[in-house]
Amino acid sequence: MSVNKTFIIFKRESRAFFSSPIAYIVITLFLVLTGWFFFSTFFLSGRADLRDFFNLLPMVFSFIIPALTMRLFSEEYRSGSFEIAATLPVSLPDIIAGKFLATLFFTLIMLLPTMLYPVFISVLGDLEPGPVIGGYLGTILLASAFSSIGILASSLTKNQIVAFILSAAGCFFLTIISSILVFIPAFLSPLFQYTGVVFHFNNIAKGIIDSRDLIYFISVTLIGLYSTYIVVRERS
Amino acid sequence: MISIKNLVKYFGETKAVGNISVDIPEGQILGLLGPNGAGKTTTLRMLTGYIKPSSGSIVVNGIDASQNFIEIKRHIGYLPESSPIYTDMLVYDYLKFIADIREINSSKQMNRLQELADLCGIRSVMHKPVSTLSKGFKQRVGLALALMDDPSILVLDEPTSGLDPNQIAEIRTIIKEIGQKKTILFSTHILSEAEATCDRVLIMNKGKLVADGTAEILKGDKSDSNITRITLELTNPDSIKKVFEKSRIITGIEISEKNNLTNIVLTTAEDSRVEIYKLIKKEDWLLLEMAQEKKSLEHIFKELTKDE
Repeated sequence: MSVNKTFIIFKRESRAFFSSPIAYIVITLFLVLTGWFFFSTFFLSGRADLRDFFNLLPMVFSFIIPALTMRLFSEEYRSGSFEIAATLPVSLPDIIAGKFLATLFFTLIMLLPTMLYPVFISVLGDLEPGPVIGGYLGTILLASAFSSIGILASSLTKNQIVAFILSAAGCFFLTIISSILVFIPAFLSPLFQYTGVVFHFNNIAKGIIDSRDLIYFISVTLIGLYSTYIVVRERS
Repeated sequence: MISIKNLVKYFGETKAVGNISVDIPEGQILGLLGPNGAGKTTTLRMLTGYIKPSSGSIVVNGIDASQNFIEIKRHIGYLPESSPIYTDMLVYDYLKFIADIREINSSKQMNRLQELADLCGIRSVMHKPVSTLSKGFKQRVGLALALMDDPSILVLDEPTSGLDPNQIAEIRTIIKEIGQKKTILFSTHILSEAEATCDRVLIMNKGKLVADGTAEILKGDKSDSNITRITLELTNPDSIKKVFEKSRIITGIEISEKNNLTNIVLTTAEDSRVEIYKLIKKEDWLLLEMAQEKKSLEHIFKELTKDE
């Protein structure tokens, strides 16, 4: 791997994100959806915090992130442009890392406007900074885990729709798994709870940064990216 | 210098390429011919590292492909079939992206892009999105990106397919121009193209190499018969048959009539134009045309690739 080449791929992929109309549709959709759901109950709850906003994110990201990543490999397979990329003197991990980082960067840009929420809320009441910082950190980790799942799904097929459905299903499963624990034998439920993203995300979003939660998100990300590497390598 | 040994590629159960061995010395322009599905593209893809061979070895400029393909890719410029370049970029941005990836010093990049723009004739489209380009321009942009790093080996997969005759001629001129200094490997199914541009021709059929040599040698190898075409003023076909059948040198005869002319195709073991002329003169037929048919690469191609 080379940092330099990863950066070149990252630049190209980021540019591709921002030069397509889908990007702006996704950003708008995200802001309208989360903004509406968050603020429609915000004044009823009477609490000056962002907890309800962060609670929305695993579910919203389950659909938003796959929409961003579905294109990454599928489109290149379909158009054949991957043949050029794969025959340039650049290693596969560089390509994957570049695409992954570009998705993450895009997600950050998408989140940027929501950083005004804590500013507004701190005017209304006493906002604790810990959970807000933790929440955003958790969001980034969540986005990276989902992005790697999305990239893996995209590397499996030429068809963007299939890639979207596969990754949305994967992300959605990891999101709801902690809500369906009642259906699972009691002795297995801690295991299933630990597998889901919500449990770890909520821990971090409370402002408690535990190494177990960090390790969970980092492992999901790395497993996703490494599986992508194997899938793309074995395609040849 | 490229050395390919016992290259085999299976797709599942299907054998796409079976046991190909070729040595390509530096500076050669090599044409890879074959019908659709002969394994040309697969062979080129293995050489450029897009797909891995099932077995066999590829050595480029002394570097073994199984050891260090990234290093080999530095030496190879590749234009895949129908030039699948990123459509969401401007031509300039795309070339700059390739220049960055190929680690061309940023102070030299501008110069290099200018050179390529002139060589490939894409100056007028530099600031257009790739998606709006015509096929000919797309092909030229593809060629420019393959040439970016001034690679010692250029691999082109059907560089002229889908282009109009003028564009074909232009691409061919560019290939010849570049070919003076580089090893070029290109696949095509246009035989005249291979004949016009290549130092050496390889013909593939069903994943196997069936012929290897210059176009001239291939033609010489396979010519075991001579064909002479004659046009006479309308003459009674029966008398023609009688006369030629008496002669021992003629092994085959075909007669047809069209527009008050009689066309005859004679097959002989060797060049017998003199004898044929003497026969016609003796009969006092009116000879309008006589031509020896040259064995073309097309014939050889047909002979080698027809289904058994």
